[in-house]
Amino acid sequence: MNGYAGTVLRVDLTKGEITKEPLNPELARGYLGGRGFAAMILYQGLEKGTDPLGPENKLIVATGPLSGLLIPGAGKTTFAAKSPATGGYADSNVGGLLCAEMKYAGYDAFIFEGISPQPVYLFVDDEEVELREASRYWGQGSITVEKALKEELGEEFQIATIGPAAERGVLYSCVTHDFGRQAGRAGVGTVMGAKRLKAIAVRGTKSIPVADLDGYRRISRQMYDACRASEAWESWTRLGTSGVNMWSNEVGSFPTRNFQSGAFEKAEGLNGELMRERIVVTDKACFGCPSPCGKYSYSRKHGVRVEGPEYETAAMLGANVALSDIEDVAYANYLCDEYGLDTISTGNAIAFAMECFEKGIITTEETEGLELRFGEAKVIFALLEKIAKREGIGDILAQGVKHAAHVWGKGSSDFAIQVKGLEMSGYESRNAPAMLLSYMTADVGAHHNRSWAITYDIEVGRDKVTEDKAAKVIELQHIRPLFDCLGCCRLQWVELGLDLGYYATVLKAVTGVDRSWDDLLKISERVWNLTRAFWVREVEGFGREWDYPPARTWKEPVISGPTKGKFVSREDVERLLDMYYTQRGWDKNGIPTREKLEELGLSDLVKI
Amino acid sequence: MYLRADSSKCSGCRACLLACSLYHFGENNPKKARLVITPHFPDPGTFEVRTCTQCGECAEVCPVDCILQNEKGAYYIDAQECIACMACVDACPEGVIFIHPDYEAPFQCDLCEECVSYCGPGALYIE
Repeated sequence: MNGYAGTVLRVDLTKGEITKEPLNPELARGYLGGRGFAAMILYQGLEKGTDPLGPENKLIVATGPLSGLLIPGAGKTTFAAKSPATGGYADSNVGGLLCAEMKYAGYDAFIFEGISPQPVYLFVDDEEVELREASRYWGQGSITVEKALKEELGEEFQIATIGPAAERGVLYSCVTHDFGRQAGRAGVGTVMGAKRLKAIAVRGTKSIPVADLDGYRRISRQMYDACRASEAWESWTRLGTSGVNMWSNEVGSFPTRNFQSGAFEKAEGLNGELMRERIVVTDKACFGCPSPCGKYSYSRKHGVRVEGPEYETAAMLGANVALSDIEDVAYANYLCDEYGLDTISTGNAIAFAMECFEKGIITTEETEGLELRFGEAKVIFALLEKIAKREGIGDILAQGVKHAAHVWGKGSSDFAIQVKGLEMSGYESRNAPAMLLSYMTADVGAHHNRSWAITYDIEVGRDKVTEDKAAKVIELQHIRPLFDCLGCCRLQWVELGLDLGYYATVLKAVTGVDRSWDDLLKISERVWNLTRAFWVREVEGFGREWDYPPARTWKEPVISGPTKGKFVSREDVERLLDMYYTQRGWDKNGIPTREKLEELGLSDLVKI
Repeated sequence: MYLRADSSKCSGCRACLLACSLYHFGENNPKKARLVITPHFPDPGTFEVRTCTQCGECAEVCPVDCILQNEKGAYYIDAQECIACMACVDACPEGVIFIHPDYEAPFQCDLCEECVSYCGPGALYIE
């Protein structure tokens, strides 16, 4: 099958059995790959009510039809499962080289089922596949294990690992690959840990077939040339996502002190230019990317090497906990990477605890003596380790801010900054209704990557709560996740302005299947509705209230910075949802209608 | 004249490897490339690119004299005459004569420049 490797590996960890199955052409046609595969396999393959940490949950690792090809940024691997953090659908993707190597080895996806009796790792070397003993690696850090496996197996092997946090069941544990890249969100690493799967190691020597070799090479050339010709190429490549730090601060979206503000008075310390000069060692790219945003850094102050800090980490473990020394942020980043913690949820959880401490909701009695003050680096590192080890207060925070607010009470749920149980990522949105709606409706919880609409808010007017904003969010929710189906990066489009038209034409050359861009967006909409249906099936009483942002949104205006005094009223939150549901063809409670499911070809599969 | 690399500019994306295999074999397969990127992570966190320096040692050790020079002066292996003894592979001081299970004869850089044209950060050049 052109564009695909043609085989799916099903791994029964309970029995220690691995089977090779031909890739279902209907799955490829209807869902493309990556997140599309994951959504379909999880919806169809899981029984209602599956325990996310039990043997019945499945961990999906999926590539897309563009993964591993000569396409700018064709290195995005999807990790997906029923989320232990939210109880709903989760996928999180990681850049790097893993998906390319999987396809060269001959596999489009791995499906892990069951729970291994002892720690194991999956070894894949072309046709040779086996589960290998991994007890010696259990308890060790992600980076340490990746290094050890490369030394043991060879540099050409691509590795994905979990850290000790996932082994201990921290609900926002990540999967790490390529020394510092993560499938970070919603606990996909936690599921891997529950399965006692310490790592995945893959090497492949095969070729990926394409339908129209000349056409594919011609468009590939145009895409690379267009990236290099982009005016934004130089600045984007120089700073990567850290270039967003100061911009975000200037527009008041840089979450500060648990999202109390959108501007950090010491943001200059997190300036991407300063970071570049002070700690960046090497530009580090994902597969086939001509504009590497990965910045590999060395902190002399702490004596550690780390990839990043990315924008999200600078926001969540910088401004949001009031750390202003980029080297301290780099060290917190390093700790998260080694323990295998999502930096976004970790930063959010630490900030939440600090605000609770500030307000007297918790005291040194609950914190085992730690004075949880914003900006105190040593306290932040200590709390981070407590979370990773689930010690004391760390055990409460390891279950997410929604849980912690439930335990501590006293109105703290108002400022537990999460949606659907997933901690919000790095954009304060009380003066950005489209961005707020993006967080409210993202299909994994409060994450920015499905729709990053804050620039639209700024473009059309930040106070406006209008139909076009809901339309923009929906448009983005189809475009951006489409890249996660194709198995390649969206940032060449977002940051370099690479024309979206290339993707339909190159996909046609690669697969031989003639589909317009609109056809592809329809597939993305199908996937979106399927993940929504997953939530409806798995979460008792799921509906509108699961899309509500934290009450701080309407109860407390922003306390400082350019958006000072701004908030989104409860009425506007409801209006945003009404507009969004109507435009999506969902009912008032946010449930896809029968007509919509029929339109998308989902009516046989989805019974809601 | 040979293919040179400024390793400090390499970001490890491997587009060069894929461009190379597509140009020479018409296949998406970095394991069929004629240059090599070796990452050194986590410490010190750098990439090392090795390319053919056209030193000619391969031609000197070839027992059947099947390593010739093309119009650009690049050494290449005449696969028809090659006896697959791998003497050139062992002798190459840079480790940039490659083998792949699909082929009996090894292969090496022929200065086609395809990789150079795909290198985003400009780490590769001909000089």
